[in-house]
Amino acid sequence: MEILVCVKQVPDMESKFNIDTSGTWYDETDLAYRMNEYDEFAVEQAVLVKEKLRGDTSVADTSVTVLSIGPERVKDVIKKALSMGCDRGVHIKDEQYQARDPMENASIIASFAKDKGFDLIFTGLQSQDRGSAQTGIIVARVLEMRCVTTVVGFELENDVITAKRELDGGLKAGFRTRTPAVITCQMGLNKPRYPTLPNIIKAKKKELTTIEADTMATAERMVETDALFHPEKKGAGLVLEGEINDQADKLISILREKTGVIK
Amino acid sequence: MKALIVGEYRNGETLECTYELIAFAKKLGAETAMFMVGGQDDPPKYDGKLYMADSAKYGEVNPDVHTKLLLDVAHQENPDYVILSHSSYGWDLAPRISFDLKAGQVSEVVDIDDGSFVLPAFNGKLHRKVTSKTGITVVTVQSGSLNMTEQPSGTPEMTLVGGEDIETGMEFTGYEEVESAGADLTKADVIVSAGRGIGKQDNISVIQELADAIGGELAATRPVVDAGWTDHSRQVGTSGQTVSPKLYVACGISGAIQHLAGMKKSEFIVAINTDIDAPIGEVADVFVVADIKQFAPALSAKLKRA
Ligand SMILES: Cc1cc2nc3c(=O)[nH]c(=O)nc-3n(C[C@H](O)[C@H](O)[C@H](O)COP(=O)(O)OP(=O)(O)OC[C@H]3O[C@@H](n4cnc5c(N)ncnc54)[C@H](O)[C@@H]3O)c2cc1C
Ligand SMILES: Nc1ncnc2c1ncn2[C@@H]1O[C@H](COP(=O)(O)O)[C@@H](O)[C@H]1O
Repeated sequence: MEILVCVKQVPDMESKFNIDTSGTWYDETDLAYRMNEYDEFAVEQAVLVKEKLRGDTSVADTSVTVLSIGPERVKDVIKKALSMGCDRGVHIKDEQYQARDPMENASIIASFAKDKGFDLIFTGLQSQDRGSAQTGIIVARVLEMRCVTTVVGFELENDVITAKRELDGGLKAGFRTRTPAVITCQMGLNKPRYPTLPNIIKAKKKELTTIEADTMATAERMVETDALFHPEKKGAGLVLEGEINDQADKLISILREKTGVIK
Repeated sequence: MKALIVGEYRNGETLECTYELIAFAKKLGAETAMFMVGGQDDPPKYDGKLYMADSAKYGEVNPDVHTKLLLDVAHQENPDYVILSHSSYGWDLAPRISFDLKAGQVSEVVDIDDGSFVLPAFNGKLHRKVTSKTGITVVTVQSGSLNMTEQPSGTPEMTLVGGEDIETGMEFTGYEEVESAGADLTKADVIVSAGRGIGKQDNISVIQELADAIGGELAATRPVVDAGWTDHSRQVGTSGQTVSPKLYVACGISGAIQHLAGMKKSEFIVAINTDIDAPIGEVADVFVVADIKQFAPALSAKLKRA
């Protein structure tokens, strides 16, 4: 069985973001990056499927490919996925990453995946920097694969998938479908593992190929970013800074004055 | 300018977000028509043309089938915009149709700015303004981002669509209801809520202690619940409980839109966070810039002494 996982590298969301001179991106200097949170569940699920099938002699060896599109630095998240148990990495080197829309990214992923016979493609539900929740679904459309989104439960038995899709308010809907399929993973689907030191070392020996995005068939850009900016602070609440004991004293007196809950 | 609105129907009822979409289309300045897979005996309150497919036949949530039905209507109506809610139903359906319509898609719209759309980015810390360059644009709208003032009213001019069987590779096997046992946070006057900023499971006791000192209930964000640090009945947000206590203390919580939706109606909100740019600041009455691991014990000690 062939499995593909798509991971995106995003800046740490606790970073201080400064808009750069283009006005459409942020200053990348000194920022820390990590794997898009939702994609950790995708990687874990792919590895869980592989581990389950390992003992099953009726299926040929399972192999998990992890792919990421972006500049040189995104190799770090590929390496993390490899140390979580993926078998080989593919870096699609792209210098236009700041401007790409989901349709373009999906077309790049699809043109890599086409003809490789992937039975399962796992993506995150959404990227934390963009939050568009589109890429996985479009990949499925291009490759004419079935697609279950926002998945919080996943079982595979031969080629039959039993998936739980999260709806709003915590309601879930069960679906039965077959491979080949794209699964978009929601938080809580599983418990993503931490790479162990031996696995990090092992991962260094795994194959990591680079393909230039320019050489791939790509859809035309349909959505353009005009500006990136800090939202206006509407609440304008009181900010308490300083020494902890002073902050606590101030807070207590505010709560006494403004709420009826503290005597 | 013409917009095709996609209504939502679940467990035999029209969902509230349907009416938000009507308000959104109005704000865009578009004429509207609506598509919905729902119950023809119980259509939404709406003055306009409604293409209704029967949910008894086509199911309430089957993506393949709804995609086909919606595409047929979109081809017939030829709108400039197709508008869906940024809900599990909408974000699932939107890319499926945008691909076929060769339409640009803008997701999670929170505002309209002179023909451009404003979307949250970076977990809500930044906003992004975008323009679609295609003839048809598919839009998903973040619920609650528009102040809806009008009460829904009207009777639609209904056209039934579908009739034939539609093939699907996905079989819906039923709903699974939310487990309702456990804590009922909706009745609490004070809620002290733990986010991922508390660092580790052991620190739940520090937050519980603060809750005890103020006389409140412990709550949590989704990642804290998913990690098993506390149970699901304590989760606040769109996939947990919606609360409106007299006091809500957010400890190490960033303030993601799905969390805010569950607590922003609280009467008084205190946020304790190391990052002054965290979006929780948008709703906080008091924002304490501090490490929760140090601040919570200090506050608890003072409250106990008082
Ligand atoms: C469909 C869907 C449904 C969802 N439903 C829900 C839901 O019902 N409820 C929910 O909560 N989320 C929900 N989410 C998840 C939501 O998007 C966020 O991921 C989540 O709310 C973030 O939780 P958090 O604030 O605890 O963690 P983070 O976003 O990681 O924030 C941690 C915060 O802690 C701060 N911090 C770090 N260290 C410290 C310290 N030492 N002291 C003080 N502060 C510190 C950081 O600055 C940061 O702001 C949902 C998501 C989706 C897509
Ligand atoms: N640059 C990228 N490289 C690899 N995968 C990506 C990239 N962008 C998006 N994805 C995948 O698509 C999912 C949804 O992203 P988005 O449509 O941007 O919300 C992510 O969780 C990833 O799995």
